Amino acid sequence: MTDLLALPPYARALDMRIVDEIDGAPVIAMPFADRVQGRPGFLHGGAISGLLEIAAIVAIHRALRAKGSDSAIKQVNVTVDFMRGGVNEMTYAIGEVTRLGRTMANVEARAWQEDRDKPIAMGYMHYLIKAKRTD
Amino acid sequence: MAFGKPDLGSITPKGAAFDPALVNKMMGKFGHGGFLDMEYVGHGDDWVELAIDWREDLVADPDTGILASAVIISLMDNATSMSIWTKLGEFRPQVTMDLRIDYLRPSPSGERVYGRGICYHLTNSIGFVRGFAHNGNPDEPLAHASGTFIRIGDRIA
Repeated sequence: MTDLLALPPYARALDMRIVDEIDGAPVIAMPFADRVQGRPGFLHGGAISGLLEIAAIVAIHRALRAKGSDSAIKQVNVTVDFMRGGVNEMTYAIGEVTRLGRTMANVEARAWQEDRDKPIAMGYMHYLIKAKRTD
Repeated sequence: MAFGKPDLGSITPKGAAFDPALVNKMMGKFGHGGFLDMEYVGHGDDWVELAIDWREDLVADPDTGILASAVIISLMDNATSMSIWTKLGEFRPQVTMDLRIDYLRPSPSGERVYGRGICYHLTNSIGFVRGFAHNGNPDEPLAHASGTFIRIGDRIA
């Protein structure tokens, strides 16, 4: 992803957009719609996870770029805690790179609706940092 | 009902045997499951297998065609959730408490992804699940999953 404003196809399919920035980290928004609904009236956990993932990816690309790195990333794992049901409202997410090393990065992503202090879900991800190959 | 999606409880009345193939006709064909177009593949006493076809609009990395991680999460979420009802023999309202996925390897561009969810323990309130995703050969998994579901009262079901 060379252009930070160009979100990947999956994010565009779920109508995610970068809407704001908090302390240098982009805030991603995802509107409620049938395509992100799980049980009636609530967001599907997988769609919430998708929003967390995009926030994490955007945050890590920005952190790499700030270091002057063009490395690629590869996700190793993710743990998602679902804390509240996501209702028929706009959902926001932000990623925080808690550690960026030479070989791996830890990212924490938070999703919320009305109140950022009441997250609906948190994601904890590990990424492998890979030098871009030209061969 | 929002978006005309039928209530799961209404088609799986108490006492009727839980039928994952039938339930997937809603969970996999409406809402987010419908967006991903989940297919029922098979089930046993304590497991359910579903599948999603690779699609360009599910890709997170256009350079490699690798699917968004959350596509696998959604697949494992639905498969593990249904494995609880399958083991239990009936539907009970529940929500995902947490889910962890380890990606052993990427799912190749263009390949169908299968997700098998297994309920390995049930209590009155919690369903303990694990599972794995593969591309057609269960002996070559691409991801492992583990998580828990919590039963919820009828007031928010």
